[in-house]
Amino acid sequence: MRLIDVVQFASGSLRGSRSRTLLMILAMSIGVAAVVVLTGLGEGARRYVVNQFSSLGTNLVIVLPGRTETAGVGPGMLLGQIPRELSLDDAQALLHSRSIGRIAPLTVGSSQISMDALNREVVVLGSTADLLEVRHMSLGQGQFLPAGDMHSSESVCVLGAKIRRELFGQRQAIGAWVRLGDRRFRVVGVMASQGESMGFNTDEIVIVPVASAHMLFNTSGLFRILVEAKSRDAIEPAKHDAEEILLRRHNGERDVTVITQDAVLATFDRILRALTLAVGGIAAISLAVAGILIMNVMLIAVSQRIKEIGLLKALGAPAAQIRNLFFAEAILLSGIGSVVGLILGEAGVWVIAGIYPSLPVAAPWWAVLAALGTALGTGIMFSVWPARRAARLDPVMALAR
Amino acid sequence: MIRLDKVSRSFTVGDQQVAALRNIDLNIAAGDYVSIMGPSGSGKSTLLNLIGLLDRPSSGTYKLDGGDVTDLNDVQQARVRSKKIGFVFQSFHLVPRLTAAMNIELPLMLAGISPAERKARVVQLLDNYGLTDRADHRPDQLSGGQRQRVAIARATSMHPAVLLADEPTGNLDQATGKEVMSLLEQLVAQKVTLILVTHDPVIGGRAQRQLHMVDGQIINETGRGT
Repeated sequence: MRLIDVVQFASGSLRGSRSRTLLMILAMSIGVAAVVVLTGLGEGARRYVVNQFSSLGTNLVIVLPGRTETAGVGPGMLLGQIPRELSLDDAQALLHSRSIGRIAPLTVGSSQISMDALNREVVVLGSTADLLEVRHMSLGQGQFLPAGDMHSSESVCVLGAKIRRELFGQRQAIGAWVRLGDRRFRVVGVMASQGESMGFNTDEIVIVPVASAHMLFNTSGLFRILVEAKSRDAIEPAKHDAEEILLRRHNGERDVTVITQDAVLATFDRILRALTLAVGGIAAISLAVAGILIMNVMLIAVSQRIKEIGLLKALGAPAAQIRNLFFAEAILLSGIGSVVGLILGEAGVWVIAGIYPSLPVAAPWWAVLAALGTALGTGIMFSVWPARRAARLDPVMALAR
Repeated sequence: MIRLDKVSRSFTVGDQQVAALRNIDLNIAAGDYVSIMGPSGSGKSTLLNLIGLLDRPSSGTYKLDGGDVTDLNDVQQARVRSKKIGFVFQSFHLVPRLTAAMNIELPLMLAGISPAERKARVVQLLDNYGLTDRADHRPDQLSGGQRQRVAIARATSMHPAVLLADEPTGNLDQATGKEVMSLLEQLVAQKVTLILVTHDPVIGGRAQRQLHMVDGQIINETGRGT
């Protein structure tokens, strides 16, 4: 028997029992669509996190004061000591490493900002000119903090887009003076509106030189030092150098934590990938259920078509041919079901992407392949038994029915 | 053409052995027209199934067209059925979802014959049996006589040497039955070996050789051939 004839005969018998065929295709397609949509969501979440991280800057190494011990409590904590703080000189020293390109010390506090009669509470970020590059921020108008000695405490500030709007409205902000706490600052620039980025809304901050922030808050410590390695390959050496330099400067005490963005990102990536796999796996169970449904319906089809099977045998079809005919039916069913499911799933993903535009939902190619594979696999696997049963029918008995 | 030697066939019913055929010896020459008659349960259908290779003898040997076909496996049996044997059944056994033309085409399709040749043969057969204007009708749109004509056309589509008919007129009225019989007899004129199972002595009496069966044995043979 020719392959095309097998396919035509099988599709003919599928068309012969329309409602049965439609129901099976529906079951199969729901399974495939579930896998596509759920893995698409998981993958979307993963991509969302990855995007957020890369918006923080590339090749980032972050130095934070204090050491988080993974094994037990550090001796300093038992004595009630607070960790030694990171100083501006520490930050400056990091530039001696050949792997480190730029650094941006960071100190954070909150303060009252006022302009004429208007005032509000703002988050004040103390940093240097390099912050703009290191954190991939973009400037809306004017200039960023002046480059030069990080110890100089010039009274200039850069406003977040929303702060500018609230304080100045339509008026020109550049060159105006605002009051932060008990000091006056001249506005030199305004940030472009960027929105939320890792829980940090850059539209609602004010950025001042780090030394000015230290005076404003009466501290000398740094909240973070953002370090940009010179290249992707330089990330590990940069991390190592930063640890070594600070170890030397802090009299041999390991009291800082150095993390690479890559490591954090990789962890998130792993977690979300596992999550995607898990929801995909749960959805795949519905595919197995669809497979069992196919088996059930194929068994019924075999007993309904006993006469036809007997006839085919009398007309010269060997057992293997009968088996192939039923196989072809199962493959057609699960194949059509998969394609319909794929279309449904992609449509679902499209709808979700329309509802949540910030979530980059898309079913990963491996999930699509896995869904199609599972659908075809279960379809074929669960039709083995019915097909064998059909093939083994005794033609005499079958024809006598 | 057909040679059965001491062929027996027994079935296990519950824990009892029931003999359907006992020590049948039978010789049928090519082009013979043979009817097998007898009461129900006499084993005539079992004998026909055996000759048609739908069944295997419990003992004895069966030679078809010079070759021993007693112990063929499933694939070999199917090949012999496809090439040498045609079946006509009492209840027609047409596939309900296929048109008359597609039903006739079925054995050709199973044998893997090219679509072009299939089409030519089907057109010829439809014409031979006066079914050309019924080609695209499904079995439920055909009369009993037309259905049996489709079945005969299907049985002869592979040009078999042996045609086996099990009560071919059983579901037809007398006039249509006669019509069907004359179609079958025309095939005998074309050197096809026709073996007919019936319990109707009038139908069976038309054959050259008439075998009478009781209790799984051929008790006597009458007819013009002897």
